[in-house]
Amino acid sequence: MSVEQVAVLGVGMHQWGKWGRNFVEYGVAAARAALADAAIDWRDVQFVAGADTMRNGYPGYVAGATFAQALGWTGVPVTSAYGACASGAMALDAARQRILSGMCDVALVVGADTTPKGFLKPNAGERGDDPDWLRFRLLGATNPSYFAMWARRRMDLYGATVDDFAQVKVKNAAHGLENPYARYRKAVTTADIEASPTVSNPLRLLDICATSDGGAALVISSMDYAKKLIEKGSLSSEKLVRISAISTVTPTFPNTILELPEFATDSAAGLAAPEVTFKQDIGRAAYNQAGIGPDDVDVAEVYDLSTALELDWYEDLGFCAQGDAEKLLRDGVTTVGGRLPVNPSGGLACFGEAVPAQALAQVCELTWQLRGTAQGALAEDAKVGISANQGLFGHGSSVIVSR
Amino acid sequence: MAKERRPAVEGWFTLDPTDRTHEPTGAEPIALIGTRCSDSGTYFFPPERVMSRAPGYAGSELVDVELSTIGRLWSYTDAQYQPPEPFVAASDPYEPFCLAAVELDKEKMVVLGQIVPGISVDDLKVGMEMELVPGVLYEDDEAEYIVWKWRPVAAGSTESAKESVR
Repeated sequence: MSVEQVAVLGVGMHQWGKWGRNFVEYGVAAARAALADAAIDWRDVQFVAGADTMRNGYPGYVAGATFAQALGWTGVPVTSAYGACASGAMALDAARQRILSGMCDVALVVGADTTPKGFLKPNAGERGDDPDWLRFRLLGATNPSYFAMWARRRMDLYGATVDDFAQVKVKNAAHGLENPYARYRKAVTTADIEASPTVSNPLRLLDICATSDGGAALVISSMDYAKKLIEKGSLSSEKLVRISAISTVTPTFPNTILELPEFATDSAAGLAAPEVTFKQDIGRAAYNQAGIGPDDVDVAEVYDLSTALELDWYEDLGFCAQGDAEKLLRDGVTTVGGRLPVNPSGGLACFGEAVPAQALAQVCELTWQLRGTAQGALAEDAKVGISANQGLFGHGSSVIVSR
Repeated sequence: MAKERRPAVEGWFTLDPTDRTHEPTGAEPIALIGTRCSDSGTYFFPPERVMSRAPGYAGSELVDVELSTIGRLWSYTDAQYQPPEPFVAASDPYEPFCLAAVELDKEKMVVLGQIVPGISVDDLKVGMEMELVPGVLYEDDEAEYIVWKWRPVAAGSTESAKESVR
C-alpha cells in the first residue's frame, strides 16, 4: 500500500555544536531558514509540530507551543511529540496527518536541543520504578555500553574488526568536512581512532557519537498547495522533494534483541520471535508505505550512534545481506561517489546527537541531496533517499523522500 | 562486625533460592525472580506484575519463578569511565567493571548484569558459560547493597575469583 505524498517546501538548520544557549534560539533559527527556503510567510503556516526536548524544562515538553510563541503567536494550532531519537519523525508524521486529512495545507515542523556535557543520564531524583533510572543505578549501563554490546555481537557473528568500525568514522568525517551545519569538520585517520581511549570495549571515544546542541526544521504542504506555488512561480518543480513514507513502528513481542534501557530481552519461550527484527521492521514499514524497495534507494542518512551501528543499518535497511556490511563499506559503495552513499552529511560522527532535531536533520540533508544543493558531500543525481534511527523505549523511525 | 546486607532492589532476586540445581563454587546461591505467563509460557524480567505482555494473553495468570542461574554469554563490554548518577561507584578511585548479557536457555531471553570484580574483557568470550553470584553493588556507612552479578563458570574455581565474590 502506498500512501499519498506531501511536499517538502523548505528545510533549514542551525549549525550543530556545543553552544550552551537556549534550545529555542536554535529552533527559531532553523524555522526561519526553512520558511525562507520555502518562501512562505510565518503567518501562512496552518499547523506547528514541535519535537520535544527532555532536558530543558517545561518549554522543552511543549516544544510546538514554545516555537509558535517564539515566532509570534498567530493562533496556529500546535502539537508536541516525544519519541526519543524518533521525536522529529513523529512530529513530522503529525504534520503529515493534518495535511493528508485535509485539515491544513501547510505545516511547520521544528526540533531543537541543548545537551549537557558527558554521558546522557536520566532526570534527577530517586525513581526506583523507572527502568532508565534503574539501569544506571543497578548496572551502571550507559548508552555506549549497549552500543558496545551490539558491536561485540557484530564481531562475534560476522568477524567484524575494530578497524572496520574505524573505517566508518574515517568515511563520515571525510563526508562532513565541508558541511556548514556539522559540528566536527576535521579529517579523522585510523591512527586517531586507535589513539582515542576505550570507552566501552570494543568502542573507543571516536567510535561513539557526541551529544550536541542543534536545530532543524521543515515546511511541508499538500501536493495541491505545492502545485499552486509552482503555478505562481514561487516554487521550482525541479526542486520539489516529496515525503513518500514516515515509519514510526514499535517492536513486536517477543523482541529478542537487547534494547536500551532494558535489563533483559523479551522471552521467546512462549510465543515465537518474529521473523523480522525491530530495526528491520522500521525500514520495511517505510518501504511498504512508499511502495518501493531497498534497490530503489540512492542515498541514506542512518543513525551512527556508534560506528558499528551504521554497519547494522546497511543490513537492516536491506542494502546488503546480513554479515555483508563490512564488504559494502570496504568496497566504497557507501562513500560519496559510490553507488549508495550513506551519511553524506557526515552523520552523527560529524554532528553529535541533538535528540529531537536529529531525525529532522536527516530529512533536511536528504532534501538537499535530492535537490542537488547539499553544500558538503553530494550524492550524484539522487532521486530516492531514506533515513533511519532508533532510540530508547521501543522508538525508531524511517523517512523516505523522493523527487 | 560485618555490615548489614541489603538488597539494592526489592523483589528482583532471592538469596535463598529453592532450586539448588546449580550452585556457584565458593559463593552463596542467588536467583533472579521473574514472572511466568502461565498460558503462553513466556517469562518476564524484571518481574512483570501488572499483566502478561504477551499479546493475546492479557487474562493469563503471572506466577513468580526463579530464573536459570546459568547461561551463555551473548555479549559483553566494560565501563572504562565512571557512569553518571544515579550510579554509585563501589570504590574511590573508580575501578572499571564489565557488563554481561547472558542468554538463558530455558527462558529464551538475555539478562544483563555486572560481572564480578577482577574479570576483564580479555577473560571473556561470546558463548562462554556464565553463572549468577551475589555481589556488592556499593556500600555506605550503614550497609552493603547486594545485587546479582555474572561470573564465568571457569573463573569460579580460581582463588582470585573466589575472593572477589562476597
